[in-house]
Amino acid sequence: MLWIAWKMLIGNRVKYLGIVFGVVFAALLIAQQSSIFCGLMFLTVSQIRDVEGPGIWVMDPNVQFIDDIKPLPDTDLFRVKGVSGVEWAVRFYKGLARARMEQGEFHQMILLGIDDATLVGAPEGIFMGSLADLRKPHAVLLDDAGYKQIWPGEPYILGRVFEMNDRRAVVVGITKASRTFQTFPIVYTLYSRAVLFAPPERKVLSFVLAQPRPGLNATAVCQEITAQTGLQALTREAFMQKTIRHFLAKTGIPVNFAITVLLGFIVGTAIAGQTFYLFTVENIKQFGALKAMGTSNWTILVMVLAQAMQVGAIGYGLGVGLAALFGWGSRGFTKLAFFMPWQVLAITAVAVFFIVVLASLLSIRRVLVVDPAIVFRG
Amino acid sequence: MMTTDQPRPNNALPSDVAVHVRGVTKDFGTGGSLTKALRGVDLDVPYGEMLILAGPSGCGKTTLVSIVAGTLAPTDGDVVVLGKNLIAMPNRLKVRFRRDNVGFVFQSYNLLPALTAAENAAVPLLIAGWRRARAVEAASEVLDTLGLGDRLTRLPTELSGGQQQRVAIARAIVHQPRLLVCDEPTSALDAKNGRITMELIARIAVQPDRAVIVVTHDSRVYSFADRIALMEDGRIESVEAGMHQAHPANPA
Repeated sequence: MLWIAWKMLIGNRVKYLGIVFGVVFAALLIAQQSSIFCGLMFLTVSQIRDVEGPGIWVMDPNVQFIDDIKPLPDTDLFRVKGVSGVEWAVRFYKGLARARMEQGEFHQMILLGIDDATLVGAPEGIFMGSLADLRKPHAVLLDDAGYKQIWPGEPYILGRVFEMNDRRAVVVGITKASRTFQTFPIVYTLYSRAVLFAPPERKVLSFVLAQPRPGLNATAVCQEITAQTGLQALTREAFMQKTIRHFLAKTGIPVNFAITVLLGFIVGTAIAGQTFYLFTVENIKQFGALKAMGTSNWTILVMVLAQAMQVGAIGYGLGVGLAALFGWGSRGFTKLAFFMPWQVLAITAVAVFFIVVLASLLSIRRVLVVDPAIVFRG
Repeated sequence: MMTTDQPRPNNALPSDVAVHVRGVTKDFGTGGSLTKALRGVDLDVPYGEMLILAGPSGCGKTTLVSIVAGTLAPTDGDVVVLGKNLIAMPNRLKVRFRRDNVGFVFQSYNLLPALTAAENAAVPLLIAGWRRARAVEAASEVLDTLGLGDRLTRLPTELSGGQQQRVAIARAIVHQPRLLVCDEPTSALDAKNGRITMELIARIAVQPDRAVIVVTHDSRVYSFADRIALMEDGRIESVEAGMHQAHPANPA
C-alpha cells in the first residue's frame, strides 16, 4: 500500500512539486539562516580558536567574553605559575589600538601581544614573512583581511609602516587569522611591544594563557587556579561557550535569526499544508474507493503519513543541499559568516518533520472521516 | 419488522441466500431536515443471481446497495450478507469483510490515475497483502480474459471509457469476491460499451457461488438480469423475473 501511496503522490506532478517546493523552501531557509547564525557565533570566538596550544585561559573574575578586557596586574602571571597543576603560563595582551597610516588616515585595530620568549599565542597561518621576524625592532604581523581593508587592491608588501601610540610599527608578515565579529584588522606583536602600542594603563595584562600538567584534567586545574588565585580560569572550550552565551543573551542576534527561521517554518508549513490538502481533496474519491474495498483507516493513515514523510525527506535533502551549496558558493566572494555543524542539520530535520506532520494533519483528518459510501455518490 | 435487537439467526436462512435484508430503514439528518431514504426494505438475493436494482433518482437504490456492501449502517433493520450479520459486526471487521468478500464496480470507475490498468486491477489483492508482482500478474490474467491483454501498462487516461470500466470490473472480481456490487456501471458509457460491459458482468462475474447486484437507471440492461427489483420512495415496489433467467420471485 505504501507503493500505491507513492504512486498517488507522484502521479500529480504539479501538486507533488508544490508540496516539495514548500518543504524545500522551509528547509533551505531554516538551514541557511541557522548556519549564518552559527557562523556569526563562530566569529565571536575566532580569537580564542586562533590561539592554539594553551588549554587554559585565566582572566579577571568579571570577564564575560573575549572582548570584555579587564586588565590584571603583571604579578598575576606568577601567581598562576605558582599553582601546582600548571605546567607553564604566559602573558597575553588583547586590546584596541588606533593606527595612523602612511597617508595620515586612521584605523582602529585589534592588538594582540604574545609572549616574547615563547611566542605562545601566535597565529598559525603565516603565509608571508616569518614568525621569528617578530623579534625584529618594531615588527608586527598583520592579518590578510586587515591588510586588504587598509590597502585595498594593493599587493602584499612587507616593510610597510604605520604608527600606533606614536610608535613605529613595521609589517614583517601576513597571516591568515580568522575573521572576528568586530571586523577590525588584527595586529600581532610581542607582549612587551604591544603594551607600548596600547594606550597607557596602570594594569595591562589581559589574559594569562596556561597549560595543565600532563595527565591532569584541565577543568580540575582551572578550579585549582581559581581557588588559589581568585581569578577566573576557563578551559579553551569553556571560554568559547561563555563568549557565545554572552552574545546569545546580550544581543538581539538570536531573536532576529529565530524570527527568520520561524517565518521559514510557517511559510513552508502553509505552502506544503495547503498543497497537500488540495492533493488529498483531489484524491478523496480514490481514498474512499480504497476504504470501500477494505483498506482500514490505520492503513490510510500510514499511507498519508508515508506520503508526507517521502515529501519531507526529498524536501529536506534538497533544502539542506541548497543551503550547503549556498554556503560553499558564497565563501569566495562574500564576507558571509556561514558554518553548518551537524546540529543545524538535526534541527532542520526536526523542523521539516513537524512541517510535514502539520501539513498532513488536515489531510489525515479529511481522509479518515471520509465515508467509504462516497464512492456510490456519482 | 426485525430490529437490531432481534437479529435473525443465520442458520434460519436458506443456504442459497447471499443477501438477506429485512425491514431496513435509513434516515439522514434530524428534525426538520430528516430524510427517510429507506422506509422498510425486504430483499433476498440468492447465490448465482444477478439482481438489478432499478428506480428513479432518489428512490434509495444507492443507499440500499451501500448498506448491503457494508459501507453504510442502516438506521434499523436486519442485514445478513454471506451469512454474516452486518448489524452486529464491528466496523473493524466490516472493513475486513468488504476486503475479503465484496467487489465493487463504481459509476465513475474510481481508478487510481497514477496506476496502470494491471496495477489498478491488482489493488484489492494489494489491500489483502499480496506481493506486488504476484498481484499484478494475477490481475493481468483477469484483464486478459476481459480483452485488455494489450492494455496492461496503460494509464486510465490512455484508455477509453469502456476499457476503464473493464479494468474496474477486473478489479472487482480479481480477488474472487462472493458479492459483486455494481453502481450504475453503464451510465458513463455509450450504448455499445454499456452492452459490452453488462455482457462481461453476466458472463464472467456471475458465478454459482457469487451474487451480483447492479444498480442502474438504464432499462436497456434489464435483459441481463435474473430478477429486477423496482424501488420507489425508499421501498421495493416489486421484484420481477428478468429476461436473462427466470428465478422465483422475491417474497417481498
